[in-house]
Amino acid sequence: MDDTSAAYWRATLGLLVKVLVIWFVISFGAGILFAPALNSISLGGYPLGFWFAHQGSIYVFIALIFYYAKKMGDIDRQFDVHED
Amino acid sequence: MDLQTTIYIVVGLSFALYIGIAIWARAGSTSEFYVAGGGVPPVMNGMATAADWMSAASFISMAGLIANMGYGGGLFLMGWTGGYVLLACLLAPYLRKFGKFTVPQFIGDRFYSKTASTVAVICLLTASITYIIGQMTGVGVAFSRFLGVSSETGIYVGMGIVFMYAVFGGMKGITYTQVAQYIVLIFAYTIPAIFISLQLTGNPIPQLGLGSDMSGSNVSLLTTLDQVVTDLGFGKYTTTTAGSTLNMFVYTMSLMIGTAGLPHVIMRFFTVPKVADARTSAGWALVFIAILYTTAPAVAAMAKLNLHSTVNAAVMKGGDLYAPEASIKADERPDWMKRWEKTGLLKFEDKNGDGRIQYYNDATKNADAKAKAEQAGWKGNELTVNADIIVLANPEIALLPNWVIALVAAGGLAAALSTAAGLLMAISAAVSHDLIKGVFMPDISEKGELMAGKIAMAVAIVISGWLGLNPPGFAAGTVALAFGIAASSLFPAIMMGIFSKKMNKEGAVAGMLAGLFVTLFYVFAHKGIFFIKGTEFLDLIGGANSFFGITPEAFGAIGALVNFGVAFVVDKLTQEPPEHIQHLVESVRVPRGAKAVDGAHAH
Repeated sequence: MDDTSAAYWRATLGLLVKVLVIWFVISFGAGILFAPALNSISLGGYPLGFWFAHQGSIYVFIALIFYYAKKMGDIDRQFDVHED
Repeated sequence: MDLQTTIYIVVGLSFALYIGIAIWARAGSTSEFYVAGGGVPPVMNGMATAADWMSAASFISMAGLIANMGYGGGLFLMGWTGGYVLLACLLAPYLRKFGKFTVPQFIGDRFYSKTASTVAVICLLTASITYIIGQMTGVGVAFSRFLGVSSETGIYVGMGIVFMYAVFGGMKGITYTQVAQYIVLIFAYTIPAIFISLQLTGNPIPQLGLGSDMSGSNVSLLTTLDQVVTDLGFGKYTTTTAGSTLNMFVYTMSLMIGTAGLPHVIMRFFTVPKVADARTSAGWALVFIAILYTTAPAVAAMAKLNLHSTVNAAVMKGGDLYAPEASIKADERPDWMKRWEKTGLLKFEDKNGDGRIQYYNDATKNADAKAKAEQAGWKGNELTVNADIIVLANPEIALLPNWVIALVAAGGLAAALSTAAGLLMAISAAVSHDLIKGVFMPDISEKGELMAGKIAMAVAIVISGWLGLNPPGFAAGTVALAFGIAASSLFPAIMMGIFSKKMNKEGAVAGMLAGLFVTLFYVFAHKGIFFIKGTEFLDLIGGANSFFGITPEAFGAIGALVNFGVAFVVDKLTQEPPEHIQHLVESVRVPRGAKAVDGAHAH
């Protein structure tokens, strides 16, 4: 593997780690492990932990995918490996 | 017009539409048949993926289970959406770059072995057929109520219709049909939810309605619901977990990685033109899925509240839930209850002979509720409601107009049929392309391959229809088992194929077999060997949920860990993969040079 492609793969993995950490913290963290603690805070009529499990995590997932797709496009262009 | 006629008309029109589209978009070549010629734009592909993905489990079964489980039901919501994050960033773009039709083909080429691709076909067939059994259960429930036939006849009708357009249309036909099905099912799901949210809270958006105050009061809907269900001896709605926290954690994980390992979903990302499109297409799919998934918790909570207020007048008016006059008189019960009683999925039995219906938790651990029930002379719960009917009965419970009820029927059938069709495509491709062309008859003509694929679909429909007559659980539970199987067998193999250059064929094959075996062993112990009743062997594993209290539906994540572990150890003990495979992995990681998908085998 030459230097550029090694650097490209490092950049990709860096982005992946960032995305997956948020993914984990929102769903398994806020939605499950810390839900009982978060329930003492309320968001509108929702207890917060319940909200993360039933609503919030889904919105965050969507944002995460589009963020990832955009950043990945930037990385592709930066290392000149994009299509067309 | 009466309800039955309206249902026939709406369901009939929707079917005519799907069949029309399937005929219009008939496939000519194998490439069109399997991957729609690789030319579906990302937004439309996202919509088709959403329809493919949201099955009878999501549409018919899920909200009912959430209504029963409360907060713990969130595991379905998070599990079946969070997997898309994994799919978008770990698998889809790389598999699209790889540029082949099927998952077993990737595994066979990456692990330079026909054994590996054959094992992948076995894993794929096990997961897909289990999944279709769940769909057939859902189709049976929907037809039995709405067409006034037995659930068996319902399953036969469903089998015929799925067969027709899956076989004639191929992937191109299925993709466009699924776009139509998505539109039908999303309207069918959200319209009643909007009506009900408006009735209960005055807010037309169900996602906000669930967090609002009840109409004409300043108490929130969730607080009211918590109050009612705890008073009646049920668990508190917003905090009851699904088994232990560990079980909920593992269950959610299992559904997420199962999503990313399910072949019919992965296959959808081969139909987009470019690698970059594979990434955004996953995002669009999730947007379309989220419209239903964020509505579902509102449907669940509101249906539960409506059900309680139907049988107990004190729920809405306030006052004593245990007062004798609060419970509804049995002969004044609404028509929808009588209609569902005919299907056997809703039952009423007057245990204390007072002519009224008492609906509460008679096995409660809440001493206060127990004492009140005894004092009121209640002799046990008198109403049982099957979780799978909640969504279908929801518009009837809220007394919505007939056309809404008919629309929900059409939506439920659209959800079940679109998913069954997508799964059958994956099965057909695996059998005809990977097994027959790839292993047994490499010289088979394109025409012969298409024919073999169609025969494989027909066989799969018959098997799953037959097993669907006697399903291993609620639709969503059966589908969760399929996710566990995909999570434990295919997901780890694909992951290691992309992210480890050194993983070799021995490791991958041993991993897949080990993951599949432990998961099936645990599932069959609870549900019977190949789901045949009476062949359970719970004694052998020390009773139900004996592995740290984990349910069989949640076990896929444990199977995946076993898969990774075994693969790692075997890999260390055997030879490195050859040089050209390591180059292949490097090239898959880079988007440039992606070609249109083709079906050629590398060896």
